This record gives sequence, structure tokens and C-alpha cells, in this order.
Amino acid sequence: MKRRRDLWPALGFLAPNLAGFLVFTAGPVAFSLFASLTNWNLKHTVPLRPVGLRNYAEALADPAFRLDFVNTLYFMLAAPLAIAGALWVAILLNRRLRGIALFRALLYLPSFTSGVAIMILWKQLYNPDFGAVNVAIRHVSDWLHLGWQTPSWLSSTKSLGGLKVEEVGFEAKQFGLGAREALMGMGIWGAIGGNNMLLYLAALTGVPDELTEAAQLDGAGRWSCFRFVTWPHLAPTTFFIVVMSVIGGLQGGFEQARVMTGGGPAGTTSTLAYYIYNLAFEQFRMGYASAVAWVLFAFVLVATLANWRFGNRAAIEL
Amino acid sequence: MPRSSFRADRRTDWLAVGILVVLSLCALAPFAWMVLASFKPLQEAEGSGFLPKHWQPENYAKVFTQIPFARYFMNSAFVALWVTFLTCLTSAMAAYAFARVRWPGRDGVFKLYLATMMVPGVVTMIPNYAIVVKLHLLDSFTGLIVPASFSAFGTFLLRQFMLTIPPALDEAAKMDGAGHWKVFLDVVMPLAKPGLATLAIFTFLGTYGSFYWPLILLKSPHMRTVPIGILFFDSNYGRQTNLLMAAAVMAIIPPVVLYLFGQRLLVKGIQIGAVKG
Repeated sequence: MKRRRDLWPALGFLAPNLAGFLVFTAGPVAFSLFASLTNWNLKHTVPLRPVGLRNYAEALADPAFRLDFVNTLYFMLAAPLAIAGALWVAILLNRRLRGIALFRALLYLPSFTSGVAIMILWKQLYNPDFGAVNVAIRHVSDWLHLGWQTPSWLSSTKSLGGLKVEEVGFEAKQFGLGAREALMGMGIWGAIGGNNMLLYLAALTGVPDELTEAAQLDGAGRWSCFRFVTWPHLAPTTFFIVVMSVIGGLQGGFEQARVMTGGGPAGTTSTLAYYIYNLAFEQFRMGYASAVAWVLFAFVLVATLANWRFGNRAAIEL
Repeated sequence: MPRSSFRADRRTDWLAVGILVVLSLCALAPFAWMVLASFKPLQEAEGSGFLPKHWQPENYAKVFTQIPFARYFMNSAFVALWVTFLTCLTSAMAAYAFARVRWPGRDGVFKLYLATMMVPGVVTMIPNYAIVVKLHLLDSFTGLIVPASFSAFGTFLLRQFMLTIPPALDEAAKMDGAGHWKVFLDVVMPLAKPGLATLAIFTFLGTYGSFYWPLILLKSPHMRTVPIGILFFDSNYGRQTNLLMAAAVMAIIPPVVLYLFGQRLLVKGIQIGAVKG
């Protein structure tokens, strides 16, 4: 039963948050859509005027935009690995053993401390000469007499996808480990024991033991037990994690690029989020940056809706 | 829930523990490298040895002479504490309105709140920057604190907590003549304490680590927060890997300490945050 006399007290309680919400979220969303249709520039050298959809046309024709979009998608390829890894760790941790909480705490540490300090650490770890990553590779290589070449990581334009430099396409010469893989590796290290793992762990405790036991009594092996009992139970969690990873991935890569690579070498680690940052806060092209931000927003919306459709269907099939 | 005691279990448990030990070592190795490098002379930090030959704890003191690191910590603490306090307050009040009061239009407004959680930060960042410039709050802590103090996520989180408090408690208090404020302060807030603590930890950590907003807002060196301070220590002071690592070690101490004390609350918060579906 809704009570009209409660409306005013309710609005009183809501007021501070609602005011902030209108000023710093709802208002800005509307304003940014409007700004994306202008040539708004904070440098004041150009008079403000409406430009219609020209910013959007420019963005879609902009080679930098396309490259950064490709980079963004490429970085998102790490997500399935990170999610599978999180599930694996959760399964390992889902047992009643003494000291299991300690493992959980240790594995959660990378995700928990993530931020500028840890990125600066990884910048050192990826140093081609003295970084721990290459030192370790050299040790293994010497030990087994493999004669491996160590990658130069953050200063290398190579990638496992063999992506061309400064052009959309593939090139065999560019195949290898480079800056993109370095950032993806760091991302997986930070994510594997993180929030997704905790979500899976919570979901796993919700799988009734009787079900797995019954399946085992029926002669189901480990894999079929997982595939037909555990995995369907995890579907809603997986769905949620996938949606959040796609949404996060589309907007991601800014901090890494700003702190570790400057988007380089040759733009190989620049993502859409970093592109928008450069447009808005280095070049002060606010109108154009807003348009690119809205294109990104559109991708996020499409991804969410597609995920919803796909997610619902998958849930029914299972 | 008793666990099944299949014969295979014990063997697989040992295998699992083995894998967990290896994974934990992988998780910890970078931290170990960081801590050890922070005690090395520069030449060793940029060499290939793992343990320091000459321990140089004075690296830590040196960080403070090269950059005003204590000042960065104060700035970060000041900003994070204010944002945490304001976010908890505004979120709790809004959550009360959404969870404990019935009013026309409530669910519509709440859905709008949830929907905006999907809006990418980069969309609102540019207008927010313009607002702050217009209000002459560029390079000020107010500009850093106020826009960060209204959280749709916090409102959602506390609403979920408050929904679990039995409505009979409110009714009883109201029978005794208590108004909304009294119910909010004396009945709902004490019972929502675990939720508030969770939100407080999340907000504090999020603000302590926040990078984008302080980066574009702060101009003066003495205003820098810890992440911004470290960023410029890395880019403006030449190569001092050992000192940089000492600064990085100190920067992650607050989150690690909070983690040790607030682990249970955090895990709970993450799991509740995911049920929004």
C-alpha cells in the first residue's frame, strides 16, 4: 500500500542523494549527449557551435578510433581466460580443509591491492633486462638449454594475434609476445583470485552435495559431474560475470595505458577509454570526446542487451 | 552440510593443495620481488639477483626526502575519509527512502538509479569536469570529494541490507510515536551496521585507489593523492627502481591492513552486489 503522506518524508531522505545523482550523473548524461553534437573545446580558440552528427561521422572514419577499438576487443580476449581461471581456483578452494582460508586470502591479494602502485611494480617486472619475468624465462631457458629469446614486453609491438601496427589487419611478422600480452598477463594475474572467484565460490557452496553424490553413484566421472551438475548450477553466476566483464572490458585499459605504456608502443596498448581521455583532457576537444564516449556507451548497451538475450536462452537450455 | 567422504576425495585434496600452493606462490612472487627490490641499492635492484646483497632500508627514508610522500598520504586519507562518511550518509538516507518508506513512484526512481550504474564513467566524466571548472573547484579537495559522494551502488547495497530488517520493528517504533528520523537513527541504522561497514570499506578503498578523477582535477604537486604522487614519482624523477618500489610497498599497506580487518565484510559485500540481476 503506497501512502501519499509518506511521499514528503521519503523525498526528504532521498534529497541529498537525489540531488547529487541529478547533478553528477543524470544531468551529465543528458549534457554529454548534447555536447557530442557541438564542437565544444575548452581551449576557447573556436567559438562554440552545433555541428550535428559530424563528431560521430568523424569518429567512425577516424583510424585512431578503429585501432583503439580493435585493441579494446583484443584486450577483452583475456576475459575468458580470467573467468575460467577464477572458476578453477574457486573449485580448488571449495573444500573443507584446514588453512583453506589462508589460500583464499593470499590469492585475493593481487586483486585487492590493484592500482597504480601495482602497475608500477609490473612495469619493472616487465623490464626486458632486469625484470623478474625475463629473468625467470632466462633461467628456465638456460636450465633446459632451450635458447629462448626473451620478449621485450612493454616496448614490443608484437602480439599473439599478429596485429598490424597503425593499421587494422594482420601481419605474420608481428606475431609474438608484446605489450598487449604483457598487460593481459598482468590483468589475469590480478583477476584470477579476485571478485569473480569469490562469486563462484559462493555459488559453488549453493550446489547441493546430494546432487553431485547422486551423480557419482550413478557412475558419472569428474568431468561429467562438473558438466551436467555443477556448471548448470553456476549458469546465473557465469552470466553475471560475463556481462560485467564485457561491460568492464569495453571501458577498460585506461589506467594501464596512462601509468605503464602511454598507449604505446605505436598505439598498440591504447584503448577507447584512453583515446577519450586524450581527446578530452590532453587536447580538450570535449565535444568530440563526448561523441566517442557515446559510441562507447552504445557498445556497452548493445553488449548488455545481447548478453541478456543470449544469457536467458542459455539459462533455459541448461 | 556434511561433505561426502569418497575415497577419491583425500587424494584429490592433496592434489588441490599442491596446485593452490603453486598458484599462491605465483600470486605472491611479484610482491616478494617488490619488497626485496625496495631494500636493494639501485644497481642491485636493476640486476638479476633475487635477494639483496646489501640491505638498504634507508631507501624508505629517502622516498620522503625526494617527494612529500607523507603529505600524499594525508591528502589521500583526508579525501577518502570524507568521501566515505558522505557516501555512507547519503546512501543510507536514500536506502531508507527506498527500503522502509512506501511512496508513489518509488520503484520507478529506484530502477532509474540502477540503470545509471550501467553508464560508463567516461560519459559523465567530461560534464563533471566542466561543472567543477565552472564552480572554480579545480585543484581543490572539495572538487575531489563532493562529486564522489553520491553512490547508486551504495544506495543499492544498503537497500538490500535494510530490506532484511523486519518491518514490525518500524511499526512498533511508530506506534510509540517515533517519526521517520527516529526510526532511521534508532531502529534501522543500528541494524544496518554490517551493511554500512561493508560500504565504508568499499568506498574508502575505492577512493584511496581512485586515479582518473584526481589525475584530471589536481594541478598542484602538494595536492596530490598517493596514486597521483607515485605516478609522477615514476615519470619525473628519473630511474630509481629501488625507491619507486619502496613507495609502492608503502602505498599498498593501507589496503592490506584494511583487508586483514575487513575480509569477511568485503566478501559479503561483493556477493550482495552481484545479486542485483
